[in-house]
Amino acid sequence: MIALPSSAHRLPQPGPLPNDLQLTADGRLRHLLTVEGLSRKLVTEILDNAESFANMNEKAVKKVPLLRGKTVVNLFFEASTRTRTTFELAAKRLSADVLNINVSTSSAVKGESLLDTLRNLEAMNVDMFVVRHQDSGAAHFMARHTQPGISVLNAGDGRHAHPTQALLDMFTIRRCKGDFTRLKVAIVGDILHSRVARSQIHALNILQAGEVRVVAPRSLLPAQVEDLGVHVFHDLKQGLRDVDVVMMLRLQRERMEHAHLPSEHEYFQLFGLTQRRLLLAKPDCLVMHPGPANRGVEIDSAVADGAQSVILQQVTFGIAVRMAVMSMTIGVQGT
Amino acid sequence: MAEIASLLDNMVEQTRYHFEQRGIDEPLVVGIHTGGVWIAEALVQRLGYTRPMGKLDISFYRDDFSRIGMHPQVRPSELPEELDNQHILLVDDVLFTGRTIRAALNELFDYGRPASVTLAVLVERDGRELPIEAAIVGAHLELGAGEQIKLRGPEPLRLERVQVEGRS
Repeated sequence: MIALPSSAHRLPQPGPLPNDLQLTADGRLRHLLTVEGLSRKLVTEILDNAESFANMNEKAVKKVPLLRGKTVVNLFFEASTRTRTTFELAAKRLSADVLNINVSTSSAVKGESLLDTLRNLEAMNVDMFVVRHQDSGAAHFMARHTQPGISVLNAGDGRHAHPTQALLDMFTIRRCKGDFTRLKVAIVGDILHSRVARSQIHALNILQAGEVRVVAPRSLLPAQVEDLGVHVFHDLKQGLRDVDVVMMLRLQRERMEHAHLPSEHEYFQLFGLTQRRLLLAKPDCLVMHPGPANRGVEIDSAVADGAQSVILQQVTFGIAVRMAVMSMTIGVQGT
Repeated sequence: MAEIASLLDNMVEQTRYHFEQRGIDEPLVVGIHTGGVWIAEALVQRLGYTRPMGKLDISFYRDDFSRIGMHPQVRPSELPEELDNQHILLVDDVLFTGRTIRAALNELFDYGRPASVTLAVLVERDGRELPIEAAIVGAHLELGAGEQIKLRGPEPLRLERVQVEGRS
């Protein structure tokens, strides 16, 4: 009798174990595809490196020559402003050359396959791909097929992962709160469609956060979400009680193929973060959002712009975290 | 091996003379992580300098990054004042190939344009690969092939000869 794995309703886990692809034999970061499976030591090392880059702003020349002569390709098959521009700025502050390729202006619309695109860019002697794609597993696919000596960073693949976003969130929390083990963190909103939420949950558990909660209506939660190591709440008021950090998610209107919600208005009535509801959390609770925020849908403007909001710090720290990941992965190439 | 204290005394004397000759009251002292910071702190104390000193971590400016990758522990560089038009005393523990100093100079110039930079080292050894020399030197050493000298510290500071394979 063979026991079949009950994987039908699991979250997407494309390909072989991610660490076989993203780590070198001695455990260093070669690609960054997902936070899942990374050690606490490695995540801490990324955050520590980001800390050194975060202090660069006092320099007259806000650049270091670390990636001089390297070429980074931002390959974006899906719209993005914040992620693409902060990756671009991170690469430029490391003195790399940057090529931005967006799907709307590229030959992918003419029917070129992902593999062909990859081969053609490789032929231009590039050193790193930063890839965003609507399909889960696209970054893994590229990492599996790219030449040795080229690093792949996942800038968001389908519903699967957005590792640099989760890492910059961890960096922001660590800067403001220090130790993770005493923290109660609530992730609120559209967990079902959110690669950000999945990466955040993994990162918080790796860093041994005291309690990780997800707060969402049943229709916006994946099956067996508890298996990821979270406490599930369907009521925002209960979910917010005594938390140290609340991480809001964007309601992904473009991913809603089916009617998961009666209306955005009703969603805000039940799950929107308002000043009054925020009072249920600890008085120094941080409010985070990966952006772009739908004001008046998942978060009230007064909260997004309020004293507890660190939304713009997340953007600033995103550059330092991406610089850390870029220099760690490219640094491994020649060794 | 000579006592660190007497090497520091040599450096203090040379530093006083060097800056008096040039009519400079008190330079801005900048130590290179980690050993250079220890030596810089000891010097500042002995010289009775009062300006807060700077610290440089040159990891992001190394020329061997593409061969050996990220340094596992990068500390933030801290410079307490603007560097423009300042006289700088750059301090390191051991001057060997000169590559660390080249990296440090590159980093300093990303902070501003100093009026002058003077190099002070606890130990100067053979094996220079770049045209870089120290004006203030605690001791000169000739070492055998594959031999290196390392400063351990911070309490107490001590010099150690170590045998290393292959790496320059």
